Amino acid sequence: MNHEQAQNLLPAYVDKELSLSEVVDFERHFNSCTKCQLEYQEQARVSTLIKNNALYFEAKPELAERIESVITVDLSKAFPQKIQGHFWNLNWPGSWDGIWGSKGAIMASLAALIISTSLFFATPSAQEKLTEELTASHIRSLQANHLSDVISTDQHTVKPWFNGKLDFAPPVIDLTATGFPITGGRLDYINGKTIAVIIYHHNKHPINLYIWPNTSGDSAMHATARKGYTLVHWATGGMNYWAVSDLEATKLVSFAEKLQAQVSVN
Amino acid sequence: MNDLIKKQRFHTIVMPHLSSAFNLARWLSHGHQEAEDIVQEAFLRAFKYFDGFHGDDGRVWLLGIVRNTFYTWYQQNKIQTKSTPYEDELYGLEFEMTSIRDKNNPETKLIQKNSQRLLNEALCELPIEFREVMVMRELEDLSYKQIAELMQIPMGTVMSRLGRGRKQLATILLAKTENGGAK
Ligand SMILES: [Zn+2]
Repeated sequence: MNHEQAQNLLPAYVDKELSLSEVVDFERHFNSCTKCQLEYQEQARVSTLIKNNALYFEAKPELAERIESVITVDLSKAFPQKIQGHFWNLNWPGSWDGIWGSKGAIMASLAALIISTSLFFATPSAQEKLTEELTASHIRSLQANHLSDVISTDQHTVKPWFNGKLDFAPPVIDLTATGFPITGGRLDYINGKTIAVIIYHHNKHPINLYIWPNTSGDSAMHATARKGYTLVHWATGGMNYWAVSDLEATKLVSFAEKLQAQVSVN
Repeated sequence: MNDLIKKQRFHTIVMPHLSSAFNLARWLSHGHQEAEDIVQEAFLRAFKYFDGFHGDDGRVWLLGIVRNTFYTWYQQNKIQTKSTPYEDELYGLEFEMTSIRDKNNPETKLIQKNSQRLLNEALCELPIEFREVMVMRELEDLSYKQIAELMQIPMGTVMSRLGRGRKQLATILLAKTENGGAK
């Protein structure tokens, strides 16, 4: 590789976007070129500067509410009205279906979600309240750096830790083989009850799995989102399960499905 | 798709990325209100076209729509694309940010605050084709592949824009620093 080629690839080297063979090729020139090394330092410096100092503009909660309300109302009414709005005039590529349609089937797991309408609409306030409470608890556990009372990657350490602390025995399922290792457990207080939380991780993303006894019937898996976090709920075998994480919904649902499958086997 | 399931899926896959959408819109556009309008339109678009979304990356899909919405609006209004955060907004947010990061370090606070302001100003002055890839890469932590998909450009273009953008930003920043950061 000559100097010019190396200069062209330099940003990708900074961003660790080169393939292994490209890196080998690149470094053969880079290691002996002071000019390229200086350029690398400059690129890396600017990159870090932006990462650490540029403003990240958070959306205000009112914007979320506004969007929710527009989407929730009857679309046939809401949409034409918005199109006539002050700046939207379609020059829309209209080809999103083509661009994205080729990517394959609908996520099987999400499509397979059965939405429990009775759960969702019969008691919206109780359900809403619980969802809020779980999200708040999840956020608190991250902020206070108080994810775990017992830290262990071994289900056989975590499981007995709950003994005598609760009047039920939460299932502690090992999912290490599928990429969701246990990292600990703790007690938490949700909906007026002391409950069990098992902490899993997936690629550095923590998952709080809340478990407590269920007095009503089983419910099918159900995903929702709050404040940028995903929540997946289901109830089987006399237990309520809520998984909360910042993972993509598809990932968290896949976690929940694996867990559910293991619980029913055990 | 059943309407209820559609809403539920939309909630799970798209809604969580509201802040990413707003951050991008805000860095592309001229002000808070404008960014909110763009984001709201983008979400409506996203919802309308959601049946056709079969991918697995809701964030990239949504950001693509935000960007499209912005450019449509921008072409119509033929306005300059220099992003200009309102002064008070820039200062207000900066203060919050600084106070979180430097709470134990008051002596470096002033210096750091000043350089943060300069950096954000410099980023605003960067031409939009560089600014957008930098926001996606450095603030949203998207890969070249994701950015290429989102913008419908080759990965090589993503790479060269990032390289040139960083160089240009360094130049702008140097000029500002040599001015003593005078306001
Ligand atoms: Zn060189």
